[in-house]
Amino acid sequence: MTEISTLARSAAPPAQKRMVVLSVSGLTAGFGNVNVFENLDLDVYGGEILGVVGASGTGKSVLLRTILGLVHKRAGRIEIFGVDLEEADAREREAIDRRLGVLFQQGALFSSLNVLQNVQVPMREYLDLSPRLMDELARLKLELVGLPQDAALKFPSELSGGMTKRAGLARALALDPDILFLDEPTSGLDPIGAAEFDTLISTLRDTLGLTVFMVTHDLDSLHTICNRIAVLADKHVLVEGTLADMLKFDHPWVQAYFHGSRARGIGI
Amino acid sequence: MDPTTVPDEAWLEAATVGGVTRLAAHGAWTVDNLSTLEREAVTAASSAKGRVVLDLSGVSRIDTAGAWLVHRLSTMVKAEGLAFEEIGISDNARRLLAAVDFTGDLPAPPRRKFRPLRLLELLGETTVNGWADFQQGMGILGGVVRGIFRAILKPSRFRFTSIVFHVDRTGLQAVPIIFLMSFLIGGIVAQQGIFQLSFFGATIFVVDLVGILVLRELGVLLTAIMLAGRSGSAYTAEIGSMKMREELDALTVIGLDPTEVLIMPRIIALVIVLPMLTFISDIAALMGGALVCYIYADMSFQTFILQLRDAVALNTLLVGILKAPFMALIIGIVAATEGLAVQGSTDSLGRKTTSSVVKAIFMVIVVDGIFAVFFAAIAY
Repeated sequence: MTEISTLARSAAPPAQKRMVVLSVSGLTAGFGNVNVFENLDLDVYGGEILGVVGASGTGKSVLLRTILGLVHKRAGRIEIFGVDLEEADAREREAIDRRLGVLFQQGALFSSLNVLQNVQVPMREYLDLSPRLMDELARLKLELVGLPQDAALKFPSELSGGMTKRAGLARALALDPDILFLDEPTSGLDPIGAAEFDTLISTLRDTLGLTVFMVTHDLDSLHTICNRIAVLADKHVLVEGTLADMLKFDHPWVQAYFHGSRARGIGI
Repeated sequence: MDPTTVPDEAWLEAATVGGVTRLAAHGAWTVDNLSTLEREAVTAASSAKGRVVLDLSGVSRIDTAGAWLVHRLSTMVKAEGLAFEEIGISDNARRLLAAVDFTGDLPAPPRRKFRPLRLLELLGETTVNGWADFQQGMGILGGVVRGIFRAILKPSRFRFTSIVFHVDRTGLQAVPIIFLMSFLIGGIVAQQGIFQLSFFGATIFVVDLVGILVLRELGVLLTAIMLAGRSGSAYTAEIGSMKMREELDALTVIGLDPTEVLIMPRIIALVIVLPMLTFISDIAALMGGALVCYIYADMSFQTFILQLRDAVALNTLLVGILKAPFMALIIGIVAATEGLAVQGSTDSLGRKTTSSVVKAIFMVIVVDGIFAVFFAAIAY
């Protein structure tokens, strides 16, 4: 317990950069009689931003949901901070859940609560804080993700796409997580908004010492903020490494992705 | 530092020496320990004297929540007019402190006060909303009528498949439950009638009671209420969630009228099936009545039917059946109006579905009362 929370809390000083915080090995998962992955291995290191890419339907979101326990795996091990989630008891499981923040693709804000209350949901669940402190912390998170303070009392249906993503990010950050999972954070944002969001995530990583697991299609994000990229194809991680490694890798899809006209457009 | 030896507790020590209050922060200044730390910070800030020095060197870990508390402590101390200084800040803490350093005035959430005038305001709102609902309902009715005329002029526009689908779903699939419910109600009415009428030796008139009550009122009312709960709610939820997911907007930009495509088939299906279901309900209730008369009053089915023939005429049945299409229109229009009124949140979908059923049942009963007055006036 102590070990988990300690690893989790430390804001990733450079010495711990290469520590594996999330390790997936031999993962098989799927629906019906189709396996989305078979024997998939992937490590995520502390303090990095990992971009997961792949063609539509290769199971990027399924991988994210399997790691989070929303999709049942058929085989394999998933270790977060060195703890196998399957063997963890309820207390350990909860301790780990608290260290994870998730931004879903559509924001997944609770539509009957306003933005401030949305951010406070995890705090109410896990902490015993005075209402004033909770308000202050929630507003602090809004400030961190760059939402104007007057958005605090708005309901999700009144927010624009970009604001919804930011509000979702604020909720994901509510308990100061150590690993942040992002499911296509920049999809549906205009290029300027997407670039701002990228900068925001990279800033948050630096200030809060986050580890970011990001499913994305956005070449700009991969280019600007991702330390490492993992390509999903043929039911496993085809290749992982830096952008330079991707450019050298000989596979038709990877070549088409990283050497396509869109990639040339941003000067990769 | 070996991370495993770091304590999970956190505390704040205060010591005043001379003119300097020295606050020493220890342990994990993280969100888990925040409620304890907040109390200690408030106490420390209020009892501080002279110059305040906050020593953060004993802090093993810190996150944004802890940094915020440090920030707030400094604000509180400065508000007392005391000098404040932080020492022993790690790089990590400095980064976080810089991140949380915002003094933008936090607008207080508006407090709702009780005002007597608010009651009047609510009454006015309800009235205006009620009128708007009525107008929108009439708009939908108009849209349906226009759709029918268009379909007459150009029969290929008529959504026959859709209507058949809805007739099946709201009509055919509702037959078992309508039959069972009406059978039971007919039996219950007959049983109570037998008990009461037997005091007067007029048991035979239970047939009149069941026949007239069921054919004129109960059959159509029960069926309409059941359909409002079963299909009206489904219509509202369907149309409402389609609105939430912008499907209605998609129809509009494709050049299709949502009223014509979605609402008209549903309302026409209701208007077709409600009279039929009412007839089924009537027959089922009479069967229930006959069975109970047989069991409780030893009345043969033959006697029941003979007495029924004298008690009711075709007009008794027609009074019930004639009301059915109007009830169907009300249920359909209320369901569509409420469905279109759904806003972005799931909360509003639930509210509108509830109010669709409640309003439809209420309106059905009101209209039934109006019909009762009307038929009495024309002595039908």
